[in-house]
Amino acid sequence: IMCASAKYNTRGPALIPRMKTKHRIYYITLFSIVLLGLIATGMFQFWPHSIESSSDWTVEKRSVHDVPVVKLPADSPIPERGDLSCRMHTCFDVYRCGFNPKNKIKVYIYSLKKYVDEYGMLVSNTISREYNELLTAISDSEFYTDDVNRACLFVPSIDVLNQNALRIKETAQALAQLSRWDRGTNHLLFNMLPGGPPDYNTALDVPRDRALLAGGGFSTWTYRQGYDVSIPVYSPLSGEVDLPERGPGPRRYFILSSQMALHPEYRSELEALQAENGESVLVLDKCTNLSDGVPAVRKRCCKNQVFDYPQVLQESTFCVVLRGARLGQAVLSDVLQAGCVPVIIADSYILPFSEVLDWKRASVVIPEEKMPEMYSILQSIPQRQIEEMQRQARWFWEAYFRSMKAIALATLQIINDRIYPYAAISYEEWNDPPAVKWSSVSNPLFLPLIPPQSQGFTAVVLTYDRVESLFRVITEVSKVPSLSKLLVVWNNQNKNPPEDSLWPKIRVPLKVVRTAENKLSNRFFPYDEIETEAVLAIDDDIIMLTSDELQFGYEVWREFPDRLVGYPGRLHLWDHEMNKWKYESEWTNEVSMVLTGAAFYHKYFNYLYTYKMPGDIKNWVDAHMNCEDIAMNFLVANVTGKSVIKVTPRKKFKCPECTAIDGLSLDQTHMVERSECINKFASVFGTMPLKVVEHRADPVLYKDDFPEKLKSFPNIGSL
Amino acid sequence: MQTRKKYIFLTFLASWLLLFFFGGDQLRRFSVFSGRKAEARRNWPRWTDRSLLKSFADPEELQRDGDPSLLSPRERRAAWLSTYRSSRCRMETCFDFSKCERHGFKVFTYPQERGQPVSETYGKILSSITRSRYHTLNPEEACLFILSIDTLDRDHLSGQYVRNVDEKIRGFPLWNGGRNHLIFNLYSGTWPGYTGDLGFDTGQAILAKASFDTGSFRPGFDVSIPLFSKEHPQRGGDRGWLYQDSVPPKKKYLLVFKGKRYLTGIGSGTRNALHHIHNGKDIISLTTCKHGKDWEKHKDTRCDKDNVDYERFDYRELLHNSTFCIVPRGRRLGSFRFLEALQAACIPVLLSDGWELPFAEAIDWGKAAVVGSERLLLQIPSAVRCIHPERVLAFQQQTQFLWDAYFSSVDKIVHTTLEIIKDRLSPHRSRSRFLWNTLPGGLLVLPDFSTHLGDFPFYYLQHGYSPSKKFTAFIRVVSQAGSLSQPILRLIQAVSGSQYCAQIVVLWSCEKPPPPSGKWPQSTVPLTIIQGRRKLSDRFYPFGAIQTDAVLSLDEDTSLSTSEVDFAFLVWRSFPERIVGFPTQSHFWDPEQGRWGYTSKWTNELSIVLTAAAFYHRYYHSLFTEYLPTGLRELVDGLATCEDILMNVLVAAVTKLPPIKVTQRKQHKEVVAQQAECRDGAEGTPPPGQQSPSAPRSAPAKVKDTNGSRRFSQRQDCLNQLADWFGYMPLVSSQLRLDPVLFKDQVSVLRKKYPSLEKP
Repeated sequence: IMCASAKYNTRGPALIPRMKTKHRIYYITLFSIVLLGLIATGMFQFWPHSIESSSDWTVEKRSVHDVPVVKLPADSPIPERGDLSCRMHTCFDVYRCGFNPKNKIKVYIYSLKKYVDEYGMLVSNTISREYNELLTAISDSEFYTDDVNRACLFVPSIDVLNQNALRIKETAQALAQLSRWDRGTNHLLFNMLPGGPPDYNTALDVPRDRALLAGGGFSTWTYRQGYDVSIPVYSPLSGEVDLPERGPGPRRYFILSSQMALHPEYRSELEALQAENGESVLVLDKCTNLSDGVPAVRKRCCKNQVFDYPQVLQESTFCVVLRGARLGQAVLSDVLQAGCVPVIIADSYILPFSEVLDWKRASVVIPEEKMPEMYSILQSIPQRQIEEMQRQARWFWEAYFRSMKAIALATLQIINDRIYPYAAISYEEWNDPPAVKWSSVSNPLFLPLIPPQSQGFTAVVLTYDRVESLFRVITEVSKVPSLSKLLVVWNNQNKNPPEDSLWPKIRVPLKVVRTAENKLSNRFFPYDEIETEAVLAIDDDIIMLTSDELQFGYEVWREFPDRLVGYPGRLHLWDHEMNKWKYESEWTNEVSMVLTGAAFYHKYFNYLYTYKMPGDIKNWVDAHMNCEDIAMNFLVANVTGKSVIKVTPRKKFKCPECTAIDGLSLDQTHMVERSECINKFASVFGTMPLKVVEHRADPVLYKDDFPEKLKSFPNIGSL
Repeated sequence: MQTRKKYIFLTFLASWLLLFFFGGDQLRRFSVFSGRKAEARRNWPRWTDRSLLKSFADPEELQRDGDPSLLSPRERRAAWLSTYRSSRCRMETCFDFSKCERHGFKVFTYPQERGQPVSETYGKILSSITRSRYHTLNPEEACLFILSIDTLDRDHLSGQYVRNVDEKIRGFPLWNGGRNHLIFNLYSGTWPGYTGDLGFDTGQAILAKASFDTGSFRPGFDVSIPLFSKEHPQRGGDRGWLYQDSVPPKKKYLLVFKGKRYLTGIGSGTRNALHHIHNGKDIISLTTCKHGKDWEKHKDTRCDKDNVDYERFDYRELLHNSTFCIVPRGRRLGSFRFLEALQAACIPVLLSDGWELPFAEAIDWGKAAVVGSERLLLQIPSAVRCIHPERVLAFQQQTQFLWDAYFSSVDKIVHTTLEIIKDRLSPHRSRSRFLWNTLPGGLLVLPDFSTHLGDFPFYYLQHGYSPSKKFTAFIRVVSQAGSLSQPILRLIQAVSGSQYCAQIVVLWSCEKPPPPSGKWPQSTVPLTIIQGRRKLSDRFYPFGAIQTDAVLSLDEDTSLSTSEVDFAFLVWRSFPERIVGFPTQSHFWDPEQGRWGYTSKWTNELSIVLTAAAFYHRYYHSLFTEYLPTGLRELVDGLATCEDILMNVLVAAVTKLPPIKVTQRKQHKEVVAQQAECRDGAEGTPPPGQQSPSAPRSAPAKVKDTNGSRRFSQRQDCLNQLADWFGYMPLVSSQLRLDPVLFKDQVSVLRKKYPSLEKP
């Protein structure tokens, strides 16, 4: 089976046998020679074909005027009108798309032709600048294929962006004679200005049978939900004018209307609004007495005042987007670009890309009948929300409105998502602006569950050769009631673990895993042997924790299963003198990390650590043999946005057996190294994810004046 | 060994080479040449004169679109009303918004007529509406109307089918062509076509219907609801089956189906093909031919063996042990299987082309289900196999969230339907798609409170906000003294001493007027006095005076020190969606009496934090007052001492998490213990293992000793009534308390930030 996604390796760290160097060189040389030969032969074999088949395309330097002319006989067939009942499962041939490992549809573009009727009259303009840009974008994208037989979607090169620029019947005939037309199945047409006078239909009038329509200005009656795609009306101004993004903050006007061709009825309602609310409302109109040479489209007037358009849009918090003869308005694009929150007043209008975009976050939709209440409705929106809507509006423009390329790719992606729904782009990816994506977290364990106590936890002890101490840890930990399994990770390749008979006899299964290399990351590998959610990572020298303390730690973890719950706490501090982060292990009032020498956490984080650790942190840790615990703290805090939970009072965390070799100097080196780790990780993560808190968790009755024997966890904090 | 390896390697290379020479044409698509090919791809030409091309519309045309002398907007809207009716209804053409303006969103159910029994399920739907906060008895103020005629089963072969509906409806003076009516339906059409037809003229009524097909669904007008069985609980509802986030999230089976195989008729296309994907290992697809009376007539060669296999597996066991569950169409588009799979955290794989998914207007099903295509059944196994484990884990959790938020009871299904319709009335005050699809779900988020995510306690992390850095102290005064007592003066002193205190609000709930402003202690923070009514639920009214996210709720006789307040507030900032407080109590199940018990004694657990001293988010005031139905608040007002339990139950129902207890000074306890001891007396058996002979510790007492036992049993009653109303016990227990990091550690007091918390 071809899966796009990499599968987790569930069998343990791979053990790659090292070939002897001599042999390796031999193999590599042999391999390269064969490979070179292959490439040469392959090129020889296939090169002529590709040149041959693309002969009519190799002439890159061509003009639009040179394209072949096709004459349409007057009686050539006309497709049926659009079928309003079409849906993907009735009118779309999914078999053409197939199952492919990349989950990408293949899009074919017909080559450009010039269509004329029997009398040699042009059917339409050959191609507009925008449609050419759109087709170029598709052709450059990974959706594109030049093989008509492998295509799933066909895009005609017949430009129907503007219905007024074409002859309806003849265009339909041109569509019908396309080589793969087949009643329009799997054909996609792009149209931005549908309808024409006097009734202005809300969808393209060209008969198109089953073809999908990416249209600007659909109404809920013409839009076939789940089949058509609603697209914006592109505003060429956005290519001409550069409006830098404006930060949040008050703007001069509260409501602005900039449209020129408004129905007098709307205009009078807007003017009434202006009269009522004074200077905060600005209603602009076309300028009547402009001097020659000034483009009328770039100016707006109110009485005698002249404003630059679209710059004036940036002066307002809200900008009115009213329907004209058509529902879709190019002004929407200008308004979004200016970071002005659109107030959309167009009943039954299907907003652009509404299948995936959450317009409530970027706009205010007001029913036409409620236009007189517009001011009070907008006043009721909290300022913080307005700022977010402005940011969101601008982001929609940047991502989906700014160019024909953006419009084309969003349209194809929407169709792609329908065909491969299990690989579809999520709501967050479509809607969250980069600033939100950056500052927010999406917790992979978001469901508030308190895992059942009965499943217990698996203790994972990382050990090298301190067998005596290890056995003591095993004996101590095995006394904890909720322990369900003990896993010893034997990290010493030069020495075998003790014989079975020598291990302490404990009431739960004890497994020993031998590793291929002495790496710290072995501690965080998601071993199949770990069958519980909860993992207790414990060092082979942590013998001072009581059974009550460990059991209580497990209970606390159950209440916070998405956090690191540990015993010794540590803190990171900003060193103002050195201008960098500093590691702190003193008795502080705050914690931001717990040591994984003794900590509970969810097994999921083992996956994250092993497969999703950002940058080179994992290898860096293995190479430096230090800071794996800090890396884990960073990882968990970064993905959940939450702090660690330190449990129970502080103890002297040193094994009594260990001789006091660690003099002052050793301690200091240690601190310096740990500080370096923090700075290194913070730079890899691009932020400081650790959260500082002032609390720790104790049993409810800890140190309360209450008979010890009635407490659930009496033996806490004893030294 | 080495030589053998070498040979294998060489043979492999040689065969590869050969393949290339002879099978090159097929291979080149996948080989190294595909990269090279990309360059030679025949792309869309770069025209030499592309910069000279004309724009698709000149700017003038774009900006001055159309002819202003067209139909006026008002005329056009009027024209719509006649054009877009019945099957083309939209809210703007078939719904009278003006009915909802004066009294808001109120729902009226037609009175039950005699001799007109309704099915059990319809009875549940009607009672859900009656229980909703939108219900009204007055048709004059109603915005939405619901028939008393049972319209759920419109299969005229069914026993529940009601005849002559058209005639009956015409007799209703309120019908008005179906305008502003909502009609519920679960089954429509009958053998063999199973069309969406209801068998009567629904006119302009909104349909809330199961198995809706996209063809007849009127977008933005109708509501698609899930098919649910008549055993579906009225309220509460069973929780989902996912108890833990297993890693890896895979279960024993990858994909399962167990159900009927239609040999003929509608839906047989898919049902007849399902057995093809059965592999007997991780994909179990079992079909039986046994259904209907004459199944043996259509029997084919598979039937006998399939029927035997079918009996070997238990449906519930398959649900429990599979990662994905196939939910194919039946005769109709929706099936019970959908909700069953959702509850079981078995990710639904939908094979029901053209089904308008339940509540799809609000719910993003792409996050909880795999929407397959009936035509691509054979691709399903490989498609689901390729879904990344991380995504599977997220899917599983989302099924549980959706199940619990919108589907687990008839109440939730009906209330979701109502909220979706209500949201359409004022689009600017409605829930974004994000709110519907994120915990705690749309029903618990009131757009009337705010439309800004940062104003709610739930979304801080997802959107990178943080709760406000200050709090409002909210003190409730009920004593009859008329003057200010010593405790309240001390309390104001202590609270205003906190660096995080933004304001103090006093809710004066005495008959006597509050003392003049000169009598109140001078403090550095502003002090506001609100004259309250004498209702207990008043203390959780969303007063406009409260301007911070955090509320510190206090009783007048609560005793707290400034450092206690400071520490608790910092803890609350870490858990803004929970109640964080000092004195706690706990609940337990009393198997002997078969009811919930309640204890205020010292226990190793806690599930209720007294609101006499607790931090919580301001939003819970709104939720308490707006979301809970009036009946429940009246219950609380009647019981005299239950409002804080209701608040705890509400927050637990929203968050599914326990409250948080923080350290308290010893001194507090001693003052209180004396009074509290007599109050709780000997009644109430503490749960086994929690026998506590020692002094109980509880909220400051404000009642006389003799009232103690009454108060206790009232609180216990209250707890049981609330559990009954919610349909389950929302409270969750916790075993921990949060203390300052160095609390009682053997280290110099000078190092400690909160030394005073340790003073005896």
